[in-house]
Amino acid sequence: MSESQDNVTGMEAPIYLQYNFTAGRAPTRFLTRIKQGVLTGQRCPQCANVYIPPRGSCPACGIATEEEVVLPDKATVQSFTIVAIPIPNNPIKPPFVIANLVLDGANISFIHLMSECENADVHIGQRVQALWKPEAEWTYAMDNIRYFRPIDEPDVPVDMIGKVPVTGPATNPGRAE
Amino acid sequence: MREIAVVAFHQSDCLAQAGVANEVELIMPQLRAVFDQVNLTNAQDVDFVCSGSCDYLQGAAFAFVAGVDALGAVPPIKESHVEMDAAWALYESILKIRMGQAESALIYGFAKSSPGELPIVLSQQLDPYYLAPLWVDTISLAAMQARLMLDQGIIAERDMAAVVSRSRRNAMSNPHAQLHGELSVEAILGEETLVSPLRRADCAPIADGAAAMIICTVEKAKAWGVPYALISGIDHRIETHNLGMRDLTDSPSTRQAAQAAGMDRGAVDIAELYAPFSHQECLLVRALGLKDETAINPSGGVLAGNLMMASGLSRVGEVFQRIIAGEASRGIAHATSGPCLQHNLVAVLESA
Repeated sequence: MSESQDNVTGMEAPIYLQYNFTAGRAPTRFLTRIKQGVLTGQRCPQCANVYIPPRGSCPACGIATEEEVVLPDKATVQSFTIVAIPIPNNPIKPPFVIANLVLDGANISFIHLMSECENADVHIGQRVQALWKPEAEWTYAMDNIRYFRPIDEPDVPVDMIGKVPVTGPATNPGRAE
Repeated sequence: MREIAVVAFHQSDCLAQAGVANEVELIMPQLRAVFDQVNLTNAQDVDFVCSGSCDYLQGAAFAFVAGVDALGAVPPIKESHVEMDAAWALYESILKIRMGQAESALIYGFAKSSPGELPIVLSQQLDPYYLAPLWVDTISLAAMQARLMLDQGIIAERDMAAVVSRSRRNAMSNPHAQLHGELSVEAILGEETLVSPLRRADCAPIADGAAAMIICTVEKAKAWGVPYALISGIDHRIETHNLGMRDLTDSPSTRQAAQAAGMDRGAVDIAELYAPFSHQECLLVRALGLKDETAINPSGGVLAGNLMMASGLSRVGEVFQRIIAGEASRGIAHATSGPCLQHNLVAVLESA
């Protein structure tokens, strides 16, 4: 076989598979409630840690979580980064802040955006609160909260982050049941 | 060589649709059940954890990583995963113990097959250049295999129907089965074919669920003070992915695995065979040379309920439970993977 031929460097073989995806029992509960403007975590019956968003288990103890805990939308900055590169197809213009936040009454952080702040002033222990989208835009999504913004409260000491109890009435815009 | 003991097993019901439950929610009840059988708290109490699953089935990327949330992995644990049936996670765990790197291991397998079109999803495990782009589904491939066996007179359609009828009858005493009840050979033969020559009843139903097992050294089993069965041998062999090069009417890989696992070193009271299609049970019985004294699939087998990525482990679990219950003293468990029984594992279990 001396016939010359081109190298085959690619072939079209598109894969399309359809699924009836479900979020899981605990995430379904969380998403249903965040559509109502309510942040709902779950408490571990063993170690009492509160997880939000919940996945139906305590990953530390390896046991199922059932008890639901409604949390306020105030949080503490556990860590943060200032992003200087644009995210493709994302309307947020750099530099912007991505932060690890722990809601009051919760024990683990989740990641969200921070805004309405001087990026240079953002710091660990800083107190923040959610800015929600208008109620008409709420859906089954974390970005019902547009971002978190600083509030005028004293910083939380580093060793207390993730241990802040819920104090005062929850200031969620939504209705607790 | 260190002897391996099975000390706990549990599987979920085979549900046609597990609803909104995610992988963690499917796994946790099974883990709790096996921990309770041995009086363990969580995965911190075993030396090694290995799971089997396939994210393609439910279309959830990294579902197998999310599954770790069910374990209690704080502080960190030794954990591994196979993108295969959990019977191969068992194999890895046995190696780990035999190498002296662990005394005990937790194994689990899980799948939600209902969200996708399982036979189509499985077509994407085929050769990516020639077969996957054709979307040849698993039922069609099995049907061609059945056609070969029928045409050569190795089996008759009545033999396939008899497998289904016995599966449904045996499954009446299996609380986790999805399909069970009296179904006569005549009634089955009266059904329309789904993918000729296969009828719907010749094909394992699609199910969601999970299964878990704990194994350990014999010394550990004695220390825990729980009943156990021995895995005296385990082996697996794979055939070429090129279906045209295989003799689809035989399963030399199963036969080799059984020989290597030591199946012939004693009587075989029961055999739990992972045959997702009725003709494949006939094929496996022939390939293994099983005789009338061996009870085939007393659980009903996977024709009565098929937990993808867990059914192979469940075959081992079924044999374990019958040995513990004194219903058998020696048996074999078989697991399979790939189209038309491409990859096969055989484990031999014996009473202690």
